[in-house]
Amino acid sequence: MQDWLEPLIKIAIVIGALQGAVSYLILIERKVAAYIQDRLGPNRVGPYGLLQPIADGLKFVLKEEVIPAGVDRAVFLIAPVSILATATVAFATVPFGYFVPWPGAKPIALTVAPNMDIGLLFVFAVGSLGVYGVVLGGWSSNNKYSMLGGLRSSAQLVSYEIPLGLSVIGVLLLSGSLRMETIIEQQARTGWWWIALQPLGFMVFLVSAFAESARLPFDLPECEQELIGGYHTEYTAMKFGMFALSEYQHMILAAFLAVILYFGGWHFWGLAPWTEGSEVGLIGALVRIAVLSLKVLAMIFFFMWTRWSWPRFRYDQLMDLAWKAMIPLGLINLVVSGICEEFLPKDDYATRCILSWLTVAGCVVFAAMSVTSKPVTRAIAKS
Amino acid sequence: MKSDDPNIQWVKEPQLGLTGRLYLTPVIDGLTTTLKHLFKTASGDGFTRQFPEERPEFGNPLIYRGVHRLNKDQQGRVKCVACFMCATACPAHCIDIIGAESPWEDREKYPQSFVIDELRCIFCGMCEEACPVDAIELTSLFDLTGASREEMIFDKEKLLSVFDATVEQEPMRTAGRKPLTQADASPH
Repeated sequence: MQDWLEPLIKIAIVIGALQGAVSYLILIERKVAAYIQDRLGPNRVGPYGLLQPIADGLKFVLKEEVIPAGVDRAVFLIAPVSILATATVAFATVPFGYFVPWPGAKPIALTVAPNMDIGLLFVFAVGSLGVYGVVLGGWSSNNKYSMLGGLRSSAQLVSYEIPLGLSVIGVLLLSGSLRMETIIEQQARTGWWWIALQPLGFMVFLVSAFAESARLPFDLPECEQELIGGYHTEYTAMKFGMFALSEYQHMILAAFLAVILYFGGWHFWGLAPWTEGSEVGLIGALVRIAVLSLKVLAMIFFFMWTRWSWPRFRYDQLMDLAWKAMIPLGLINLVVSGICEEFLPKDDYATRCILSWLTVAGCVVFAAMSVTSKPVTRAIAKS
Repeated sequence: MKSDDPNIQWVKEPQLGLTGRLYLTPVIDGLTTTLKHLFKTASGDGFTRQFPEERPEFGNPLIYRGVHRLNKDQQGRVKCVACFMCATACPAHCIDIIGAESPWEDREKYPQSFVIDELRCIFCGMCEEACPVDAIELTSLFDLTGASREEMIFDKEKLLSVFDATVEQEPMRTAGRKPLTQADASPH
């Protein structure tokens, strides 16, 4: 087989699967949202509304593309492309393990770009590029609300990059590698998911991931009440669709990262165990893909569920949370993980687990002592 | 409003507890509330009715004020005697009657044309109240739709067909009563 053919096939599969997944995730999100709000959601197009994504997609394609007068045309057109492209490229390193078609054959990596030693770094680097799409889109729209949305968004994304990066360093210390395959293999080999050893890191990661993918309660970039539509106010039809797609891809990516870094990737005790070199036959590969996908789906459900559970943060609260809570917590996690790596034997996971949960308890106690709420006096009508 | 307004009182909000300050209970409260609603609706116990498939229930369809119908008598003739009482009573002026000499023995007039503009009608039921021969009645048909204004102007045939369509479910309110026609009121 030609060298270039295999990656091309994989790219086609990944992009196709991703677009399909996104369109159906939108349906799932609408359904979940509806059920939570005591509605039924889309159920008219096809059985149980299953054809709704196709109708939505067609609508995006067939709608009129409006380019308002006064926009910076080139930048206006580049912005959605750039945000979608960067959101898609990050999936190149998401590993599903290796697959040996028949005994003795050369193993096929179920990854577009296998063995990328800087895998995690690459994902973060490419993921942060998404800010450009937001800022450029907001700036080029020649609309003050878009501009404000873009500015807010960039400030938010840049702020939360820091705790996001800090939180995963603990995982890197534990796994000793940036390679995603290695991170999963470490968890599969030891049977410890890093969530058990990095609870604080996971919490910081989760909050930052919510903020990075601009999901509620951190969807400041597009809060309708204040900014109309935020940075994509002026976008129509497929260009708007690209923003929506990339938003979902960011969410899927965040879910993938959470699962790979903290929930053992494709590993599940007994069902999808560790094998030498992570190579499995067809059945094993399918089981692994299923396990990983289910975990990711559960994570994405959590994203959708929280969306309707909590109100949105105010902008200063959002920034306070990043700089005054998440970054210190990330640093504490980093220090504790570093101490563990320095002074504990390499495979003493039980002690690490106890220490990390003690850290969480310590943080809670410290916060309880230091966080105070000011008494609020307010006027009400006399009864 | 001034701060010393006698109509207001100042209250202190209760302080947040420890778990509240750490966002713990609010976070869990929010999640459980939404999850409860999610499962309630997803298990088919929601509030939504699937309207066209699932018809809503009426308290009493006989007193519902929906689309009009023109009643027919025993011989299948229109009961209306073209007395213009309904058109006079109508506050929306949506009833237009052209009376003519009756071809039948028992009354002097009958409506040559009887037109109700359903778009002008406010469904107050005054026509029904005013009718001396119980010829016009409001049915319980509520989902009245049309593609044009012209389509919503109901003529005599249309109103009589509404009677044919609804008489099974909603018998005439005067079914048991002796029909009150001009012939009854002033016998020859």
